[in-house]
Amino acid sequence: MITKNEIKQSFFLSMWAIILTFPLMVIKVNTIKNIVIFRWWNILYVAIGAFVASLLWNYLLRRKEEGAKKDTKDSIPIVHRLLQNQKFRLPFLATIGVIALVYPFVTPMYHTSIMISALVYVILGLGLNIVVGLAGLLDLGYVFFYAIGAYAYALLNLHFGISFWIVLPLSALLGALFGTLLGYPVLRLRGDYLAIVTLGFGEIIRIVLENWVEFSNGPRGIRNIPGPDSFGIELTQHQSVIYIYFIIIAVCLITIFFVQRLENSRIGRAWIAMRDDEIACQAMGIDKTKTKLTAFALGATWAGLAGVIFAAKTSYINPMSFTIWESITILCVVVIGGMGSAVGVIAGALVLILLPEYLRAVAEYRMLVFGALQVVVMVFKPEGLIEAVRKTYKYKKIKE
Amino acid sequence: MKWLNIILGAAVAGILAFFAVKEIIHDPVYFLELFLGGLTRGSIYALIAVGYTMVYGIIELINFAHGEIYMIGGYTALIVASVLGLWGYNEVVIVILAFVFAIAYSCAYGFTVEKIAYKPLRNAPRLSALISAIGMSLFLQNYVMLAQTPEYLPFPELIPQFEFWEPWAHIITAPEMMIILTTVIVTALLGMLIKFTKMGKSMRASSQDKIMSALVGINVNKVISTTFVVGSATAAIGGVLIACHVGQINFFVGFLAGIKAFVAAVLGGIGSIPGAVLGSLVLGWTESFFTGYFWSEYEDVCAFTFLVVILIFRPSGILGRKETKKV
Repeated sequence: MITKNEIKQSFFLSMWAIILTFPLMVIKVNTIKNIVIFRWWNILYVAIGAFVASLLWNYLLRRKEEGAKKDTKDSIPIVHRLLQNQKFRLPFLATIGVIALVYPFVTPMYHTSIMISALVYVILGLGLNIVVGLAGLLDLGYVFFYAIGAYAYALLNLHFGISFWIVLPLSALLGALFGTLLGYPVLRLRGDYLAIVTLGFGEIIRIVLENWVEFSNGPRGIRNIPGPDSFGIELTQHQSVIYIYFIIIAVCLITIFFVQRLENSRIGRAWIAMRDDEIACQAMGIDKTKTKLTAFALGATWAGLAGVIFAAKTSYINPMSFTIWESITILCVVVIGGMGSAVGVIAGALVLILLPEYLRAVAEYRMLVFGALQVVVMVFKPEGLIEAVRKTYKYKKIKE
Repeated sequence: MKWLNIILGAAVAGILAFFAVKEIIHDPVYFLELFLGGLTRGSIYALIAVGYTMVYGIIELINFAHGEIYMIGGYTALIVASVLGLWGYNEVVIVILAFVFAIAYSCAYGFTVEKIAYKPLRNAPRLSALISAIGMSLFLQNYVMLAQTPEYLPFPELIPQFEFWEPWAHIITAPEMMIILTTVIVTALLGMLIKFTKMGKSMRASSQDKIMSALVGINVNKVISTTFVVGSATAAIGGVLIACHVGQINFFVGFLAGIKAFVAAVLGGIGSIPGAVLGSLVLGWTESFFTGYFWSEYEDVCAFTFLVVILIFRPSGILGRKETKKV
């Protein structure tokens, strides 16, 4: 229930909001034409908006506190419970499989195309999840490897006419190579120092691509990148979109399979151990250098793959596709989805990429809403939408 | 390894010194211009970087929204100055009021942002707070863009070109002079605040150990709020000064300046205020000399490469304390 106190508090908060937003919301200046416009109506909107938002905020906070008091045993997310339960596991996966198969045939091309971009982010998110979620290395320059993949395909195809199917594995190798190369100098850095250095690498590649015109055609980008080679079969535009859709579904499945296997392997456990405590991990005899470098390399591999598919899908790339915001979006996919949990990352990618696309109806406000949502999700679900669940073994009690 | 570091450092310093001496002899005025340009640039970075480093020192969070606070400071000054200019106020009154309002509003925004986006996340994983900060940054950018305009707006010349300064204006203009002076004063005041006042003492205590300082009766929440307010105030001063200097403002300026200032703070060793100032000056000079003598389009590449090189040899920044982790 809403208490009297909360209403009072919300009232004061809306007053505060009015004062806070007064110069920016009410007065609009145009120093080019020297006009000042006063928009007094906005005060009313701000006041009502702040009042309602504050009530909601308090309500959600209270629910979160009540939830924390309860026993935490039942808090395993429903998706994990579905996947763990043998009875539901197969039908659940089968339903998703059927939906994925039918999707491009029943929806218009536009939706398939959006889904392809979302799936690119699934691959990117799963790759970054290795570095950030499992190994605990905050990487803000993941776009570096994405750009490497995209430009590798675009340039190799432009100059040498090498087909998509050859560049795809090649770019994965290239990603791994660059991951190791960049990982090497930053081995000694911790936490936020690592973040800012990787951010620097991400910016460096964008600026180099923009300015080294002879190599990358500069800000004008590379046009007319052919789609994936279809082995001589003529495809209409709609068919080729569906073709790419199935390619990316296949790559996604491969990624999910690899990442799952990695997570439960010896090296995956080493990553998790290193994330939780570096010193204890070294004391147990795990090679820190090797573990970190494999995390960077294996994380970068998927970005290389995703880059090639991105270039083939959009058929036009320029350095503006690889700004720091791109890295941040991928990081958001990982953290909002749920760090360390593959299911969470997939859900995060679908939500974060599809939501702004469908919010285009309110195009102006979508980034505003998006930013606010990030804050809200993090405040009320700091572990992410679907949090990671460590594999545990349970003993069944014997009934006497 | 230690000897190798020293030899390498000496070699780099020697080469740099050689080029510096050569260029100074070749064209002393150009060198002086670049030097002062770098100093101005560094001073502005310092005003923003100080806020980053203070917040980081206490709650270990990269406050991504800090750049937006700086931008809001600039915008508020623009709005106040235009409205007052339209009503025909005296120039001096306009300058003072613009600064006062910019600082007041930036502080209010900093305070509110902390309460909404960071306080509920104090015990959450650190990356969650970072994403919340990024969300806040995105929100504030778009809020200003929608409430005002996505275009670049010309910023009024709040700081006049003093006449008595004319003869030297080709080396350093009066606004640049003001920027450097203000930075010196502000950082000195800040240093005094942290060194001598009770609040400063609480800040230092909280940054070392929050639970222990709460036990000895420090209101940690209040300390954190004050840190945000002080950081926002310096950012606002920086915002107004740089907008005057550049002569235009846009909703996106905060993000870029924020990243640069953050690089400066990390370069100096994040968490330390002298480090932030030193890092900013070093970054300013590096960029200025690099663009002056080499290629201007690779300015940011130079800044980041420099950062990487410094961090490889000193993993916690120039003045950063080396953290020894105890088991």
